[in-house]
Amino acid sequence: MEARTQPTTHATMLGRTPPGAAAPAGSAPPPLKAESRGLSFHYGKFQALKSITMPVHEHRVTALIGPSGCGKSTFLRCFNRMHDLYPGNRYEGEIVLYPDNTNLLDRDVDPIEVRMRVSMVFQKPNPFPKSIYENVAYGLRVRGVKNRNLLDDKVEASLRGAALWDEVKGRLHEVGSNLSGGQQQRLCIARALATDPEILLFDEPTSALDPIATASIEELIAELRRQVTILIVTHNMQQAARVSDYTAYMYLGELIEFDRTDTIFFKPRRKETEDYITGRFG
Amino acid sequence: MTYVAQTPEQIRGLIAKAKRRDVAFVALGVVALGIGFATFVALFVDMLIDGWARLSPEFFAQFPSRRAGQAGILSAWVGTTLVMIVTAAVAVPLGVAAGIYLEEYAPKHWVTDLIEINITNLAGVPSIVYGLLALGLFVYAFGLGQSIRTAGLTLALLILPVVIVATREAIRAIPGVIREGAYAVGATKWQTVRDHIVPYSMPGILTGVIIGMSRAIGETAPIITIGALTFIAFLPPAPVTGDFPFLSFEWLKAPFTVMPIQMFNWTSRPDEAFHANAAAAGTILVFMTLTMNALAIWLRYRLRKHIKW
Amino acid sequence: MAANAIPGVPGRPVVSERLARKFSRNTKERAIEALLFLAASVSVLTTAGIVYILVKESAVFFGQVSPWSFLTDTQWTPLFDDAHFGIGVLLSGTITSSAVALLVAIPLGTTIAIYLSEFARPRSREIAKPILELLSGVPTIVYGYFALLFVTPILQKLIPGLPGFNLLSAGIVMGIMIVPLVASISEDAMRAVPMALREGSFAMGATRLQTALNVVFPAALSGIAAAYILGISRAVGETMILAVAAGMQPNLTFNPLEPAATITAYIVQVALGDLPHGSIGYQTIFAAGLTLLLLTLAFNLIGLWLRKRFRQAY
Repeated sequence: MEARTQPTTHATMLGRTPPGAAAPAGSAPPPLKAESRGLSFHYGKFQALKSITMPVHEHRVTALIGPSGCGKSTFLRCFNRMHDLYPGNRYEGEIVLYPDNTNLLDRDVDPIEVRMRVSMVFQKPNPFPKSIYENVAYGLRVRGVKNRNLLDDKVEASLRGAALWDEVKGRLHEVGSNLSGGQQQRLCIARALATDPEILLFDEPTSALDPIATASIEELIAELRRQVTILIVTHNMQQAARVSDYTAYMYLGELIEFDRTDTIFFKPRRKETEDYITGRFG
Repeated sequence: MTYVAQTPEQIRGLIAKAKRRDVAFVALGVVALGIGFATFVALFVDMLIDGWARLSPEFFAQFPSRRAGQAGILSAWVGTTLVMIVTAAVAVPLGVAAGIYLEEYAPKHWVTDLIEINITNLAGVPSIVYGLLALGLFVYAFGLGQSIRTAGLTLALLILPVVIVATREAIRAIPGVIREGAYAVGATKWQTVRDHIVPYSMPGILTGVIIGMSRAIGETAPIITIGALTFIAFLPPAPVTGDFPFLSFEWLKAPFTVMPIQMFNWTSRPDEAFHANAAAAGTILVFMTLTMNALAIWLRYRLRKHIKW
Repeated sequence: MAANAIPGVPGRPVVSERLARKFSRNTKERAIEALLFLAASVSVLTTAGIVYILVKESAVFFGQVSPWSFLTDTQWTPLFDDAHFGIGVLLSGTITSSAVALLVAIPLGTTIAIYLSEFARPRSREIAKPILELLSGVPTIVYGYFALLFVTPILQKLIPGLPGFNLLSAGIVMGIMIVPLVASISEDAMRAVPMALREGSFAMGATRLQTALNVVFPAALSGIAAAYILGISRAVGETMILAVAAGMQPNLTFNPLEPAATITAYIVQVALGDLPHGSIGYQTIFAAGLTLLLLTLAFNLIGLWLRKRFRQAY
């Protein structure tokens, strides 16, 4: 993929978290893929997110952690505007996608276009009631791709990308729901990869899986960062520590601290973060 | 690795196309609903116009006649009322009792399974088959004749599944803690059922009974099958008499006609003058069933809104 | 007795009375349970009664008419001197009218179901569903009147030479009557599809229609199939619309523009006449009724099985 130029807004991006902390001494931080600026979100009268400003670095894994109800999933679902599916939801502020500086939350931006650029993997594996092949090809079909060769290539590449190809190559036309939980989740990852998304959102992708399946998904996420920018919500702090490059700690709809993952886990600057990490809270 | 190269313009074009299909489908959905509603409006308005001239108090007070202009629905509405009394008197206690048994008492074994499968299947049996049952069993085997009691019993069996299912659903909505609360103060099973389960499920049961009765009112085929006469120019014996014991059940044995039969009779005459009578009878019939259905729907709606366990 | 009397209450035994009360309480409870069980078994008795009557009278009928000729004869003239008993003649009317009804009910019912489940706002759904329910509450004799005296005259203007009694008009009106049934069961099935599946599709950039047709519809397919099959069963068993608007003359035809009797209309026709109990004509309606019962039973069982399978999936 082409290298993306670092946007000029970089200096202003960190907001409430002091800048500089995100980058390890001596190495320039990777370019930005997206940035949330002063994002607030309301479910009807309830304000679920309070003015969140946070960068998303390209080809890095950013983990969102925090106690239940802190708004981490709500925040994640702003990135592909899933909230637009339900009435009474309202965004304020912006999420800018680079390199084209598009505000994803702009009224004039079609949520469908956003979802074509920002894909998502859900908490519980949700394969469609179709064959493995059609599950992976779904996003391409939605994009009007009819060329059989192209579809075949993309399905294989995506299944390989999701480390599922070897397990299913002989039964591509069987129903996806016959796979095991971990395989189903990898199928959903392949489905999300097939359309070459710019950002891949993971919403607690392993919470419904056993430890072995969890390990394989985590390994996969670490691999995937080479092709796509990743945002992951997790309730499991060890998971955040294992897979992510950056971590954001959220509490009651606010972003308490954002930094490199090792900094958050070993030298958090905020007392609240430290309490949560060390298990004194939450 | 191959890429699906698409420019933003191409993507936007695709989305716009897909969205136009969305809009087209919404239009299609509204049209489909519209066809349903328009049919209903056409049906009601057409009958109202055709039958308007006949809708007068005399129409309710006159017997059927060979002359269309003098014919009325007196015997039909009286017959419908009496048949419905029998139907309700049989179907409601039986249906509610069966529902209570299946929800509160029935052990989980094959007999219960059999009853359940049986009820679901009965609900799908065409009504005319009930007519054949009644003809073979009630009219001839039991010798009940082509009478009000036969018709009432037939329709009672027909709507029994509706009452049972409604009762079961209403009872199922009552949380277990209510039962435990009653048992905890020393109530027996029957006391729990009588004092708690039945009263609390009453609105739901009532909804089912009303829907069942509205179906029974409109049923024609089974009544024709038992051989009900269509030309009845007299009323059944009155249930209240001047002599001791002042109550008479002779009316149960009387021949009769009901509203839908009378309407069928008038509809199938070639003489168009009778079609106006059919339209008038149909208007009344639709009005009755609609009122009952609307009442049931309203009751259910209220139930959903007010009861939060 | 006096030995264990309650102090101050002469002559009342303590233990035995409690036992007696327990005994009477248990007896009462059991009697009530037995009564309730009897009520529940009425439904089984009804089925038994239906099967008994239909089989008994049909047995007499098949004693005189071979089942082979019943199934293969191409004429149905039970009341003529040269009597023929080919149920296929009545079946052709039933099949043709049901086919017309389904051609109306399935597209309309499915479209309405998809619209209400996937597109309509909750508010419009809450208004549309009860109105649809009202539609299915209209007595079928009224639909019959409507078919004969409203729809047929309109069709006659569009199709010159259409007879006053025809399967087309009856079938169309029957289809409209079945729309609420098809729509409501299909809509229930689609609404039972988990939201996670829809979100998965929307997250891929799919529109509502793409999601509805490619994800929700296939996921709800067995439930929707159940709706169709229960619709067929309803059409096959429908009586009055056909008796009024399609005529009661047996006619071996698959042309909806012709008049023809269905199984149900034939039963009505015989019942309207005055056939003596025990005659062959009397028995034909039970043989016809048995055929009808077996047909609808088969459809109902398939429909219920599909519905159950669907419920287990979610």
